[in-house]
Amino acid sequence: MSIFFIFIFLPLISAVIVPLLYKYLNRLVHTGWFVLLVPLSIFIYLLRYIPDVAAGNTYKYSLSWIPSLDMNFTSYVDGLSLLFGLLISGIGTLVIIYSIFYMSKAREALHSFYVYLLMFMGAMLGLVFSDHLLVLYGFWELTSVSSFLLISYWYERKSSRQGALKAMLITVLGGFGMLAGFIMLIMMADTYSIREMIANLDVIQGHALFIPAMLCVLLGAFTKSAQFPFGIWLPDAMEAPTPVSSYLHSATMVKAGIYLVARMTPLFGGSSVWFWLVAGIGIITLLYGSLTAVRQTDLKAMLAYSTISQLGMIMCLLGVGSLAIYFGPGDSGTIFTVATFAALFHLFNHSTFKGSLFMVVGIIDHETGRRDIRYLGGLMQVMPITFTIAVIGGFSMAGLPPFNGFLSKEMFFAAVNDVSGAGIFGLGKIGLLFPVIAWVASVFTFVYCMIFVFRTFGGQYRPEKLTRKVHEAPWGMLFSPVVLGLLVIFIFFFPNVLGKYILTPALTAILPKMPISSYDLKISAWHGLNMELIMTIGVIVIGIFLFKTKKHWVQILRNYPQGLTLNHLYNQGLSGTEKLSASLTNRYMTGSLRHYLIYIFAFFAIVLLSSLLLLHGIQFDFSNNAAISIFDAGLVLAMVIAALTVLFAGNRIVAIVALGALGYMVSMFFVIFRAPDLALTQMVVETVTTVLFLLCFYHLPKLKKSVERIPFKLTNLIISIAMGLTVTVLALSANGHKLFEPISSFFENSYKLAGAKNIVNAILVDFRGFDTMLEISVLAIAGLGVYILVHQRSKRREQHETE
Amino acid sequence: METLMVILVGILVSIGTYLILSKQLLRIVLGVSIVGHAVNLLIITSGGLKTGSAPLLGEKAAGFADALPQALVLTAIVINFAVTAVVLVLCYRSYQSFGTDDMEQLRGNEHE
Amino acid sequence: MKPNDVILKSVTRVAAVIISTFSIYLFMNGHHHPGGGFIGGLSTASAIVLLYLSFGIEKVRENIRVDFKKLAAIGVLIALVTGMAGVVFGKPFLSQAFGYYDLPIFGNTELASALIFDTGVALAVIGTAVNIILSISEDR
Repeated sequence: MSIFFIFIFLPLISAVIVPLLYKYLNRLVHTGWFVLLVPLSIFIYLLRYIPDVAAGNTYKYSLSWIPSLDMNFTSYVDGLSLLFGLLISGIGTLVIIYSIFYMSKAREALHSFYVYLLMFMGAMLGLVFSDHLLVLYGFWELTSVSSFLLISYWYERKSSRQGALKAMLITVLGGFGMLAGFIMLIMMADTYSIREMIANLDVIQGHALFIPAMLCVLLGAFTKSAQFPFGIWLPDAMEAPTPVSSYLHSATMVKAGIYLVARMTPLFGGSSVWFWLVAGIGIITLLYGSLTAVRQTDLKAMLAYSTISQLGMIMCLLGVGSLAIYFGPGDSGTIFTVATFAALFHLFNHSTFKGSLFMVVGIIDHETGRRDIRYLGGLMQVMPITFTIAVIGGFSMAGLPPFNGFLSKEMFFAAVNDVSGAGIFGLGKIGLLFPVIAWVASVFTFVYCMIFVFRTFGGQYRPEKLTRKVHEAPWGMLFSPVVLGLLVIFIFFFPNVLGKYILTPALTAILPKMPISSYDLKISAWHGLNMELIMTIGVIVIGIFLFKTKKHWVQILRNYPQGLTLNHLYNQGLSGTEKLSASLTNRYMTGSLRHYLIYIFAFFAIVLLSSLLLLHGIQFDFSNNAAISIFDAGLVLAMVIAALTVLFAGNRIVAIVALGALGYMVSMFFVIFRAPDLALTQMVVETVTTVLFLLCFYHLPKLKKSVERIPFKLTNLIISIAMGLTVTVLALSANGHKLFEPISSFFENSYKLAGAKNIVNAILVDFRGFDTMLEISVLAIAGLGVYILVHQRSKRREQHETE
Repeated sequence: METLMVILVGILVSIGTYLILSKQLLRIVLGVSIVGHAVNLLIITSGGLKTGSAPLLGEKAAGFADALPQALVLTAIVINFAVTAVVLVLCYRSYQSFGTDDMEQLRGNEHE
Repeated sequence: MKPNDVILKSVTRVAAVIISTFSIYLFMNGHHHPGGGFIGGLSTASAIVLLYLSFGIEKVRENIRVDFKKLAAIGVLIALVTGMAGVVFGKPFLSQAFGYYDLPIFGNTELASALIFDTGVALAVIGTAVNIILSISEDR
């Protein structure tokens, strides 16, 4: 196993140790300090790859897992996975530092928190570095599961549980869709590897399953990345502790969908369906998110909707960028390559500013006990550092210089302007919608950024509305957002460092056919007075106007009827399905054992008999039958009589004795059939069983003369005759068809192979020793079961008596 | 002989099933036992009957009876014993707890 | 009323010894002749059950101080450990070994690790069977 895998699996491995550390050391040291080492070391390890990957190299590592099923953890380190790997470990480091001060070591169940967090980190790293589609799917679902656990971390709250369930249901639904898409891809390309699929592009693109596979994969990506209309889970996911919101629900997990779309762009990109879905849904999400964010009063909900909106923007850029594949190398291709570049750039920027903004909200919540803007205001005076960070993050999100959001927002405007004039895929007339929607959405983005910063920090300071005495956060909580804030400014001034070493290699992975290295991809703040700049200025002017007049128009947005929201639809759908399935299930799950048995028996008889009939399986062949002696016939007759006696016995003793007689006659048959071991065993077991029955006698009720009604008896009769008939016909047909040579002759070598002359014993202890071992385990468990059944009650009775 | 055995198995299964479908707990246990015997006989029949001597190499016979079904049935007999014991105890415990051995009165969907 | 069970008791005294001896014979012989862990275990269990039936639980328990639940667990453990032995020697789980040795008194004897495995089987069967019977009969 190479060192690479040790680092990738480090989070999962160390998750095992965390509970021990918590148990023994938490009183001395906050468990987070130990956990911190994990992402930090991964981050440092991954940093080493940057120069090589920037030079155009990729690395492949393989770890065999189930080689017989071709399931291997094949890992490719290329620009795209490295970008995500750095984000996951880098932001992970900062979030854990933050969480050390956010999560109180005295009050919170830190061990579960960090175990879930590490589980998520490991799943996310596995996801982005995996080349095997099914392995990728496994990690994908693991991120959903860990997100579920983290959202429901404060599981005593109803809203946490509901939010977690909602996130789980929606993302797992998408995950199933994605799995279906993956399976179609695997069927088409006959390989599990994404790389090999990209190499066999022609086979896939000409295939009939191309569009269905694309739709299914996109379903997974859109649900995970909270795209319209699946985004409703993200605001509810804000019930999680703030470090989790900042890490999973803004910086990393929700970007898994973006990652998937980017990863699949070489496969699907260039087709009109892909473009319209990715870019169209993306831009709708952008507008929906920003409009909804404006009317929120809870800071975290506002950020959640803004995350949805920003993810839509990245998605839209990826969709627009996929046109580069349609145009191929050339002038138009270059324009859209830049759009993809902008998507990656904004992805990185969003992680920085949104991460810091979430941490700011966490600080406000932590220090004031409130995160509703109706109670907040004027915090600028008491929390100057937090305010500065909020300004940096908020202005960057609004797209103002000198922050990195400005650069990517400008590139976004350029991309939508280009797409309106692209003139393909029916873009001719409605292409103009792209820049218009983008601009409107940006105006509202600007407005909610201003609300976020100035309604919280500006205005009148009203300490009487707050429950706590407010002061600046401790340095540990400020450290991470400050680092992210500095990064926001640094990237504005030196964007090309990031562009050259991290984004360009990632771009190569998304658009492998484009001659990326020949482009001079420079990000610059000043392009001259062009359309994009005019749009930005327009956003600022109109935005400030709207912010000032907010109370006059926001009511219109808030008046949107509740009954028409997606959330309402979700709730109705959920309770509807629950009711429907309950009524459906109650119709056949009657609680009566007899009904269930009738289902089973009827199913058995009908399925077997009809399939035997349909497949012409009924064939009798009596030629190989052994001779019947008079003794055999007599024994058979005696057995039938014994069984009938059990059936008609009106007395317990008679029934049990008849059953015993039946058992002894079975052992006689074993003697006739040359099975001495069986005869002996059957004899002893029958004895012990009869003793057992007689012992239970004391406790058992008397046999009643059955007074059941005729229909009841008739049903039983029909079903039991059908069962007997099925078994008989099946066994006779099986005897008639000897399809394969018996393998029993192999066991006749038992003396040579196992040193045993008794073949049956050799099979039991040697050839099939595993079966025997498990059998005696079952036996022991049954014994314990009996013991517990008996003693549990006598204990309770004793307690009762002592009372 | 095989045909005769298979018919016997069919009859035993019918009787066992009838008992299992009845209302009284004890009858159900008896039915399970009978079906168990039937299945054991079926397995041993499927290996072919009276084809050779007992599967003991010391016998120095020309052919041996099929040892594989015998090994399967041997384990089945022992497991059958354990299952009968558990069912029997479950049966009388539920009789003691609920005071009835009528399956219709032991229906349980109200609590689901 | 105390039942008159003199005959039962006197027969049991002899029969239990015979059954136990016979079951040991069956068990040891199982590798080459009819018998083995299951049968040996079951017949031992039936001998013990016979003792319980005729002499009563209390009296037998004073003389046979064995926790049959533990016995069953020990049996399963023995089977498991013999299985692991194969793994230690680089063979698949539960590979059995056998060999022929010249021992004093016994002469040329076959020793097979399968016998140890079978011991586990026998102990598990004895433990379970007796445990079940005991639990039920104690429940008065």
